[in-house]
Amino acid sequence: MTTTEARPTGASVPARAAKGGASDRAKAERKLGWLLAGPALAVMLLVTAYPIAQAFYDSLFDYRLTDPENRSFTGLNNYLVVLTDQLWWQAVGVTALITVITVAVELVLGFALAMVMNKALRSIRPVLRAAILIPYAVITVVSAFAWQFAFDINTGFVNSWFSWLPGVDPTTDWFGSFGSSLLVICLAEIWKTTPFISLLLLAGLAQVPEVLQEAAKVDGATWWQRMRRVTLPNMKAAIMVALLFRTLDAFRVFDSIFVMTAGANGTETVSFLAYRQTISRLEIGLGSAVSVLLFLTVVLIAFVFIKGFKVDLAQARGEK
Amino acid sequence: MASIEMKDIVKQYGDGFPAVNGVSLDIADGEFMILVGPSGCGKSTLLRMIVGLEDITSGDMVIGGTRVNDKAPRDRNLSMVFQNYALYPHMSVYENIAFPLRLAKTPDDQVDRLVKEAADVLELHEHLERKPANLSGGQRQRVAMGRAIVRQAEAFLFDEPLSNLDAKLRGQMRTEIARLQRRLGITTVYVTHDQTEAMTLGDRVCVLRKGSIQQVASPRELYEQPVNLFVAGFIGSPPMNFLPATVQGSTLQTPFGPVELDERRAAAVAGRDLLLVGIRPEYFEDASLVDEAKKHVGTTFTAKVDVTEWLGDQQYAYIPYEAPDQIRTRLRDLSKELDSEELRTQAIVSIDSTSRIREGREAEFWLDTRKVHVFDPETGENLTRDAEAGAELTRMAVEDREEQVAEASGGLTGDRSSGAA
Amino acid sequence: MSTKEKTLWIIGGVLIALYCLAPIAWIISLSFKAPSDLSNAQFLPTTASSENYATIFTGSGSDLFLPALRNSFGICLIATFISCVLSMFAAYAIARLDFPGKKFILGTALAVAIFPVISIVTPLFNLWRTIGLYDTWPGLIIPYLSLTLPLSIWTMSAFFREIPWEMEQAAQVDGATTWQAFRKVIVPLAAPGVFTTAIIAFFIAWNDFVYGISLTSTSASRPVPAALGLFSGASQFEDPTGAIAAAAVVVTIPVVVLVLLFQRRIVAGLTNGAVKG
Repeated sequence: MTTTEARPTGASVPARAAKGGASDRAKAERKLGWLLAGPALAVMLLVTAYPIAQAFYDSLFDYRLTDPENRSFTGLNNYLVVLTDQLWWQAVGVTALITVITVAVELVLGFALAMVMNKALRSIRPVLRAAILIPYAVITVVSAFAWQFAFDINTGFVNSWFSWLPGVDPTTDWFGSFGSSLLVICLAEIWKTTPFISLLLLAGLAQVPEVLQEAAKVDGATWWQRMRRVTLPNMKAAIMVALLFRTLDAFRVFDSIFVMTAGANGTETVSFLAYRQTISRLEIGLGSAVSVLLFLTVVLIAFVFIKGFKVDLAQARGEK
Repeated sequence: MASIEMKDIVKQYGDGFPAVNGVSLDIADGEFMILVGPSGCGKSTLLRMIVGLEDITSGDMVIGGTRVNDKAPRDRNLSMVFQNYALYPHMSVYENIAFPLRLAKTPDDQVDRLVKEAADVLELHEHLERKPANLSGGQRQRVAMGRAIVRQAEAFLFDEPLSNLDAKLRGQMRTEIARLQRRLGITTVYVTHDQTEAMTLGDRVCVLRKGSIQQVASPRELYEQPVNLFVAGFIGSPPMNFLPATVQGSTLQTPFGPVELDERRAAAVAGRDLLLVGIRPEYFEDASLVDEAKKHVGTTFTAKVDVTEWLGDQQYAYIPYEAPDQIRTRLRDLSKELDSEELRTQAIVSIDSTSRIREGREAEFWLDTRKVHVFDPETGENLTRDAEAGAELTRMAVEDREEQVAEASGGLTGDRSSGAA
Repeated sequence: MSTKEKTLWIIGGVLIALYCLAPIAWIISLSFKAPSDLSNAQFLPTTASSENYATIFTGSGSDLFLPALRNSFGICLIATFISCVLSMFAAYAIARLDFPGKKFILGTALAVAIFPVISIVTPLFNLWRTIGLYDTWPGLIIPYLSLTLPLSIWTMSAFFREIPWEMEQAAQVDGATTWQAFRKVIVPLAAPGVFTTAIIAFFIAWNDFVYGISLTSTSASRPVPAALGLFSGASQFEDPTGAIAAAAVVVTIPVVVLVLLFQRRIVAGLTNGAVKG
């Protein structure tokens, strides 16, 4: 041990391992990785990729379940039928309208909620968090019923409570016209999903270090300036992710429509249209075409968000 | 306990980058070996290859006479203290320390005795039932050490164990580790980037740079007889000063006047042109405070002092100097490699704390020329290194050490071995 | 914080709580209204009556509601369990191991999560009829996995990522096999994450409506939300509002209980910051 050695820096460089020529450990790790993650991946693909492929296949046929004998190949004719039908465009319009209204309101409201929760005193924070989790956890159908019954002309209390508002009296039938139906649907949706958005935004808020706020204060920024120039830019990722998930979610709105109006007064959404075509009317071919179109629309929205707004999805993990 | 031998160890990552490049190192049984170097020098990778957390691309890793390249960490019987301690947060301190024993299916009564012993050594008794989250940094550090010493491991491995502690605690834990290692007399490999830890703890210190060993020697040898600019610049705080110099016969012309070389060193630099002369801060002194009898072994010069720092027990003066561009670039590269920010060419000079030298004025300094080293600015090689003197320093350190270990472990080996079963 | 500011935040907090809980309070209040009271146009019942609960538990609604409740519990618990087991392994692989295809798995999970359920319900409807899974428990459990799995994988791999690598390595150096390191160190550290994920997955499954109404036809497998949705039109002679409200309250109870439990988990997770120590 008394040898004092000084190796020159340029010692012989060993034979370069082939690129990707992994050691045994790396190989074993790769194998284990697939072994562990494989089943989950297989199940996911099985329950979605297969059915959507099947849906696409079915959409190429003129096919009614009540009349299976007359199943015939029609190519893209079903799509032509759907896309030239005013019903489809009306459903798309309603869905888009609901999506825009609810997501816009939820974003603003959710942000306010997040701000309050972020600032709330330590003592009441757990209570608030539990309260805010309840709408998120309540079944959509239950929420839809609660709002429907509240506005219902027979069972509701809204008409009597808000009769001081112009246009509201005990005989107001909220579900009698397009506008008011849509309003209640949106209210129910907003109530149910704002907490989700606010939790996402709260996580984003927590990522903006308090010291940045203090620095901005020292630099002379007003509350609004701090919000606009420090807080919001720093939580852009969280906002975009919340927006993406909620938009996609809102675009698939179904449960509330089913419960509250069943598509009456022109409140039919794309999901509801697809459901009605296949499950109620058993028009497998046409319904599949609607399903595929809905799927493509959702993919398009996601694509626009991810590419257009550069949403960093890595931020999304664990936040939903 | 065992020796650790490394032969031509190479670690290459997927992209072909060699993090460790042909390291050969023998660590004797019971030795305290330090792996030191700036960040990215491969010291942690090397440690992780010893313990088995990192695959070895090529070369042999031999522990206690057995090649362990293909053994899993658990089969190497080494214990390790991690940088962030890696305490299991769901277990009490007691269970954390007992964990390796539980894995080895040690009977409960023996676990209890060994944990209590370790807790005694580390003064953790009153914390045994607490969770790691409720401990201070120093206590966590001690728990991590407890987990390491509780079983009869072949060697201890430390991965920058003190870097998360504040300066004061770091000093205390440093002496604690030294005391403990001496008591247990167990082979220890300790990774650090802190040269103070390297100097105070190690029997020998292995200086690494870009995956290659620069020098392995006792701290004294590293300090007195560094092999190259890198080692010379890394070891010592404040660091060694490097001044440009030209050779004229047996005299070096430096910005601080001529430096006379002895025969051996003059021969080593003969025929060279531009050189770097390395002078440790303490080779300087305030000329007015130097004993007349001593003055002749050095040279005297005047220089303008930029800044002085008075620290009570000592005092530093900063003296700027001019250097040719070539030297300037070389020094900048060096300081970048050493993880430091050297903004200007200036010498740091250690003077007596009673010195009345003032900032911004000319002052007379004395330089002890006996120990200066001369480096080749291109290769960084130390031209005036006295290998024999260096080896002698290391040999002496080994002797001292053996004596210390024999003394310290005399009373302890008895009860340790009875606990081993 | 000044007293004035404090009051302001408290008022804000109370408003949030009101907003979140009012519709729940309303449906509870509604469920206690006697049939004669239903149209009183008021929030609260004139006198509290348990008649609606009697209807769904022992009366005319019981043969519809009770099997649905059993179906919901059974199907959701099984689906949650399966997706937790599958995603536990997958998330461990994603967070811990280095292997190509990690991104692909996460990407697939994400794609499945944003998938419009209605798009795959049609082909499943066809297929289930052909192979005899229509209106059975497995016929719902399998599609439920498409809802619960992606979310479980994402959530759990996020949890698993927070467990420091070093911990597992330390265990290996301490003499543990890979399996021991997993069981003795990783599992206890991961358990809160797994539990939380399970709760969220259960919420998702419990909430399902589309699969429930599309892939079932009888009380053999119809879950509560679907039963509720279809119950409204069941009888022309009897106003179902009270019964629906009572049933809605009953299915909300487990969710509220879980939220309170979940809450405790979060608080524990925040205070037990040992991992970050």
